[in-house]
Amino acid sequence: MLKSCFVTFLCAALLLFCLPVFAQMPNEPVQMADGLRANGKIWVVVAVVFTIIAGLFIYLINLDRKLTALEKK
Amino acid sequence: MRLSWWKILCMVQLLTLAVVGIVGGVPAKPIINESIRNLYFHVSMWFAMMILFTVALVNAVKYLRTGKLKYDIYAVEYTNAGIVFCILGLVTGMIWANYTWGKPWSNDPKQTGAAIALLIYLAYLVLRGSLTDIDKRARVSAVYGIFAFFMLIPTLWVIPRLLESLHPGGMGNPAFNTKDADVRMRVVFWPLAVPGWTLLGVWITTLRIRIRILEEKKLQHA
Repeated sequence: MLKSCFVTFLCAALLLFCLPVFAQMPNEPVQMADGLRANGKIWVVVAVVFTIIAGLFIYLINLDRKLTALEKK
Repeated sequence: MRLSWWKILCMVQLLTLAVVGIVGGVPAKPIINESIRNLYFHVSMWFAMMILFTVALVNAVKYLRTGKLKYDIYAVEYTNAGIVFCILGLVTGMIWANYTWGKPWSNDPKQTGAAIALLIYLAYLVLRGSLTDIDKRARVSAVYGIFAFFMLIPTLWVIPRLLESLHPGGMGNPAFNTKDADVRMRVVFWPLAVPGWTLLGVWITTLRIRIRILEEKKLQHA
């Protein structure tokens, strides 16, 4: 009897320690840019970034070509 | 164009990153929200910088061992590219910090350490600019370059870990820990972002090295 009482008490005490962990869990879902993706506008950003990176690469290839031509001279 | 397999790889990686980096799945975390995607851009800058500076170090040692001037050119140009990535990393970090820590510069140990590292490398360029004799300049700047690289270890790797910091990897931070990036982000970060940005740095460096070598040849013919 005494032993089971002790175990119950110990469990309750341990649960008490867990309380701060539960308190830290967010009550509402974390806000993300889901709306942007839902109406598809995020793809506009993708298109812009893709164009910039592609443009930079075209420029870099151009530069590389010019250098090769100079080296061959 | 000298088309190499790694130039194509670089283009494929960064163009894929432009799509996957923005619309790919990320864990939902408070405070950082969607800005968690900056991992692919801001953090990659530092990885690229570290790799470029390491290549510069190897070339500085090679110069001191052989005395061949081409290694001096390699070392300088890899350092130049590393400095560009360092500045980009610092600026992007400030932009990110403005929206997650509240202000762009909070004298955080990681920010201060990175700024010191950047100043040490800028001094490398000043030192080079102040010497006119080619061999002397190459020798002195190779020795200083080795010193500058080893200053990265305390400023970027050791001190920020010892002190309390807002930045991930420190104590009590609300931002980003290694645990925060899940497998969806890791499969973008390691195979695409880090090698992609590094290869871009290498590509630009090789172009600048070729310009330098052309200049040297022109000087010899004149």
